[in-house]
Amino acid sequence: MAKKPLLEFTDKGIYCATGKFYIDPWKPVDDAVITHAHADHAYLGHKRYLAHHFSREVLLYRLGEINLQTVEYGEKVMKNGVEVSLFPAGHVIGSAQVRVEYKGEVCVVSGDYKVEDDGISTPFEPVRCHHFISECTFGMPVYQWKPQADVFADVNSWWRSNVEHNLATVIVGYSLGKAQRILQNLDLSIGNVYTHGVIENTNEALRRNGIKLNPTIRITQDMPKEEVRKGIILAPPSSVGTPWMRKFNPYSFGYCSGWMAIRGAKRRRAADRGFVLSDHADWDGLISAIDATGCESVYLTHGYTATFTRYLNEIGFDAHEVHTLYGDDEGINSVPEEEPTPHPIISKANGFEKSEAQVLSFGEDLGEAKKEVKI
Amino acid sequence: MKAFAQLFLSLDETNKTNEKVKILKDYFNTVPDTDKMHMLALFSGRKPKRQINSTLVRNWAIEASKIPAWLFEESYHVVGDLAETMALLMPQNRGSSHKTLTEWIAEINALGTKTEEEKKLWLMDSWAMLDSSERFVFNKLLTGSFRVGVSQSLVIKALADITGIEAPALTHRIMGSWMPETYTYEQLVQEQSASDDISRPYPFFLAYPIQETSEKQKSTDELKIDLGEEGQWQAEWKWDGIRSQLIKRGGEIFIWSRGEDLATDKFPELHPFLQALPDGTVIDGELLSFQNGQPMPFNVLQTRIGRKNLSKKILEESPVAVIAYDCLEYKGEDIRHKTQAERRVILEGLQAATPFPEMFRLSALIQFTTWEELGKTREQSRAMIAEGIMLKRKNAAYQVGRKRGDWWKWKIDPLSVDAVMIYAQKGHGRRADLYTDYTFAVWDGDKLVPFAKAYSGLTDAEINKVDYFVKRNTLEKFGPVRTVKPELVFEIGFEGINKSTRHKSGIALRFPRILRWRLDKPKEEADTIESLRALLGE
Repeated sequence: MAKKPLLEFTDKGIYCATGKFYIDPWKPVDDAVITHAHADHAYLGHKRYLAHHFSREVLLYRLGEINLQTVEYGEKVMKNGVEVSLFPAGHVIGSAQVRVEYKGEVCVVSGDYKVEDDGISTPFEPVRCHHFISECTFGMPVYQWKPQADVFADVNSWWRSNVEHNLATVIVGYSLGKAQRILQNLDLSIGNVYTHGVIENTNEALRRNGIKLNPTIRITQDMPKEEVRKGIILAPPSSVGTPWMRKFNPYSFGYCSGWMAIRGAKRRRAADRGFVLSDHADWDGLISAIDATGCESVYLTHGYTATFTRYLNEIGFDAHEVHTLYGDDEGINSVPEEEPTPHPIISKANGFEKSEAQVLSFGEDLGEAKKEVKI
Repeated sequence: MKAFAQLFLSLDETNKTNEKVKILKDYFNTVPDTDKMHMLALFSGRKPKRQINSTLVRNWAIEASKIPAWLFEESYHVVGDLAETMALLMPQNRGSSHKTLTEWIAEINALGTKTEEEKKLWLMDSWAMLDSSERFVFNKLLTGSFRVGVSQSLVIKALADITGIEAPALTHRIMGSWMPETYTYEQLVQEQSASDDISRPYPFFLAYPIQETSEKQKSTDELKIDLGEEGQWQAEWKWDGIRSQLIKRGGEIFIWSRGEDLATDKFPELHPFLQALPDGTVIDGELLSFQNGQPMPFNVLQTRIGRKNLSKKILEESPVAVIAYDCLEYKGEDIRHKTQAERRVILEGLQAATPFPEMFRLSALIQFTTWEELGKTREQSRAMIAEGIMLKRKNAAYQVGRKRGDWWKWKIDPLSVDAVMIYAQKGHGRRADLYTDYTFAVWDGDKLVPFAKAYSGLTDAEINKVDYFVKRNTLEKFGPVRTVKPELVFEIGFEGINKSTRHKSGIALRFPRILRWRLDKPKEEADTIESLRALLGE
C-alpha cells in the first residue's frame, strides 16, 4: 500500500486522517468514536462522542455532560467523506465494532469482543473488511471457554449450596457487562439478587436506556443482613476485601473472569470459587472471528500480541502487532492491585451526587481490569 | 481418579482451614483404603518414580494438542505449570474412566518395562479418557512433580479425626520409607511399636524465629520479657548444615535428612561411629563438612550432596561429621517426653563413650548469665560458621513439628548489598505469567555484573509494579528471560558469601532474597563488586 493508510496508530489512539476522527482515543481529541463504555476505551475530555444507543446512559453517567451522538447498529454516519458505522461486538451491552469505509477500502476496529451470545449483549457479527484491527486479550491456546450454560449451572449450584450451608453468596464481576450477564443468567427461584451501589448505578443507567434487566435490590445500610444472606450479592472487584464485603461474613466469594482458567491466577485472587467467564473471545473465538472478516491483514492491539501475531502469520494470515494503551502487552495478570485514583468527574451526572459518582473508580471497569501505574 | 481430581478441585476452592480438613475427611471416607494410602504418600511428598521421561511426555502432549512446539512453550510460561499446561491444551476427552487412583498408579509403575511405542500408545489412550481436571492430576503423577497446596499437618488432622489416633502418633507413623503398595491402612491405624519399622525416624522438632524480621531487632529487654529467666534456657550455636536423624536399631544404621530422605549411603564416613552406638539409639543433629577439625561453610557440603560417587579426595579433605544436639531414643525407648536437660545428659554419655569423637561431636553449650551477654556472643556467629543461636527450654519435651514456646532460633542479621535488577523471568504456580524471578547485578567499573538470583521478598503489590516495569522496559528476549533496562534497585540480603568458580562474578551467595525495594536509590548508587569481595573476608 503506497497510499496513505485509512487508519493509523498514533500516540492519542487509532486515527482516521481523512475523516479527522479517532477511535477510542486516550488523549483529548475533537472527534471520538467510542466502541464501548469501559473506562480504557471511553475517556473524558473529547469534544464530540459517537457511540451506540445502548451506551448512551452509561456514558453520561460515567463521563458527565458530554457532547454525545448515538446511533443504531448498521446506521451510517459520514465524517468528512468517510463512512462510519457500528456493528455488534458482543462484549457488553452497547459494545460495537467500528466499520470505516472510504473509496471502497474497509477497515474494522473490533474494540473488545466475544463470539458467544451471552443473552444480554447484542451478539457479535463478523464484518467483511480489508483490514481488521483486533484485540487478543486471551490470545493463547490455553484459554478455551466452556459454553456459558455450563458455567452458570456451576454458579447456580454453588449459590444453592451456600444457601443450604447458611453462607452468604458474593459474586464478583465488573459492573458494566459481567454484572448484567450474571444477573440475567441466575436461577432466580433460589433467591433475590442484591447489588453493590456501583453496580446498581450502572443497572439504573441501563434501565433508563430501555434495557430490560432482572429485578435487583440495592444494598443499603439499614437492610437486614439476614435477608441479604439468603440471596446472592453482586459486587464489583473493588469491593473485594473491604469492610463492606466483610460485614456479610460468613460468606463464600466467587470471582468471574477469563483469568480464572489458570490455577495460578485463581490462587492469586484468593477467591473461594473462580468461575471461568469472560467477555472476551477465547483462542478459537479470536481465530474464527478474524477468519470470518475475510481480511487481507489483521492488526493485534492488546493481549498476547507477540505470540498471537506469530501464530496467525504461521497459519497464513498477514498479521501485525500494534501498541496501544488498551491494557498492556501481555494481559492483565500484571495489573497492580492497589486502589486506583478516582476518575476526575467534575460535573453532576444525571442526578447522581458527585460523591456517589466518584465511587466509580478509574479502572474499576476496565474489562478484565487495566490500570496505569507510575513507578 | 475422579475422586482424587475432585479432591484437588475442592481444595483449590477454599482458603479456609476447617473447610480443607472437611474436604480431606470426605475424601478419606469415600475412597478405598489403598487409595487412602496412595493419597497419604503423595501428600507427604512421596512421589511415584518417573516412568516416562518428561521430554517424551512433553513431545507427545504437543502432538496431542496439535499446536507448534514454540506455542506450547509460550503457553507453559503463561500457565507456569507443565502438568496444567498439558491438561489445558489437549482436546476434549473422548470417553471416561472409572479406574481408581491405586489402579492408575499401578499402571504407571508397570510402564518401566514397556517399549517407547507401548508407552506412547498407553499415554495417548489415557489422555483421551480423562477430563481436564483428571488429566491435570494424572499429569502430575506422571511427571513426578507433585506439590499440593495443603500442608501435611492438615492431612494428619483429618486422618486423626477419622481414626481417633492422636496427630503426633500419626505423624510419626507416616515417617520413613514406607511404600503405599505394601504399607496398609490397617497397619497404619493399628497399635504400633518402634520395632515395626526399624528405619523409621521421629518427626523433627523445629524452632520458630524469636525475631519476626531481621529489620526489627529485639532488644535484650524484650527478649527477657518473651523468654523470662536466663537460667531456664540452654543456648547452642545454630549450625548451618543438613539437619539429620541418625538411627542404630537391630544392628542396622540409618541416616535421615529433614526432607525425609534416606541418606545413609551418602555419608560413609559416619558409618563406623553409628555402628559403634548401642542398639536402640536415635540422635538428632546437624551434618557439616570439616577440615582440620573445623566446620566448613555450607557450600563445601553442597558440592558433594548431588554426587553419586564420592571421591577419596572429598572424604579425606572435607569429611562430614555430626554435631549432635539431642537424643530421641535410648536403649530402644522413646525418650522424647524427657526434659531437654535429661536428654542432654544421656547424649553426653553416649558421646563420651564413642571411639570416634571426630565424627560424633557434641553441640557445645554456650555459657551465659544475662541475655545481654548472649547477645554479644551471638555477634561472633559468622566466625563460628553458625547462623546464630538456638535457645532450648531446659524442662521441655521434644515435640512434633514447628511449635512456638520451647525452641527458638535467634539468627544473625543477613549481610546485604544494594543491587540493580538486570534480568527477569516469569514465575510458577501462584506467580504464573508474572515476572517474579530476577537476576541482580553490582557495578564492576562501569559494567553491571550479575551475582545473584532472587525470587522472594516482595509483596504482591510490589511484584505487580515490577512486572509492569519489566513488560514496558524489556531490552531483549532470550527464550523466557528478558533483559531489562537497568533502573530498579533492591537491597539483597544473604546468609553467607563464598568464592565460586561456577559464577561469572566469582562469588556464590547463600539464601539470597530481596529485603526491600530501594525506591530512593538511583542505579548509580548500587554497590560494587569490590564491596561484595570485601565481605568474603579474605
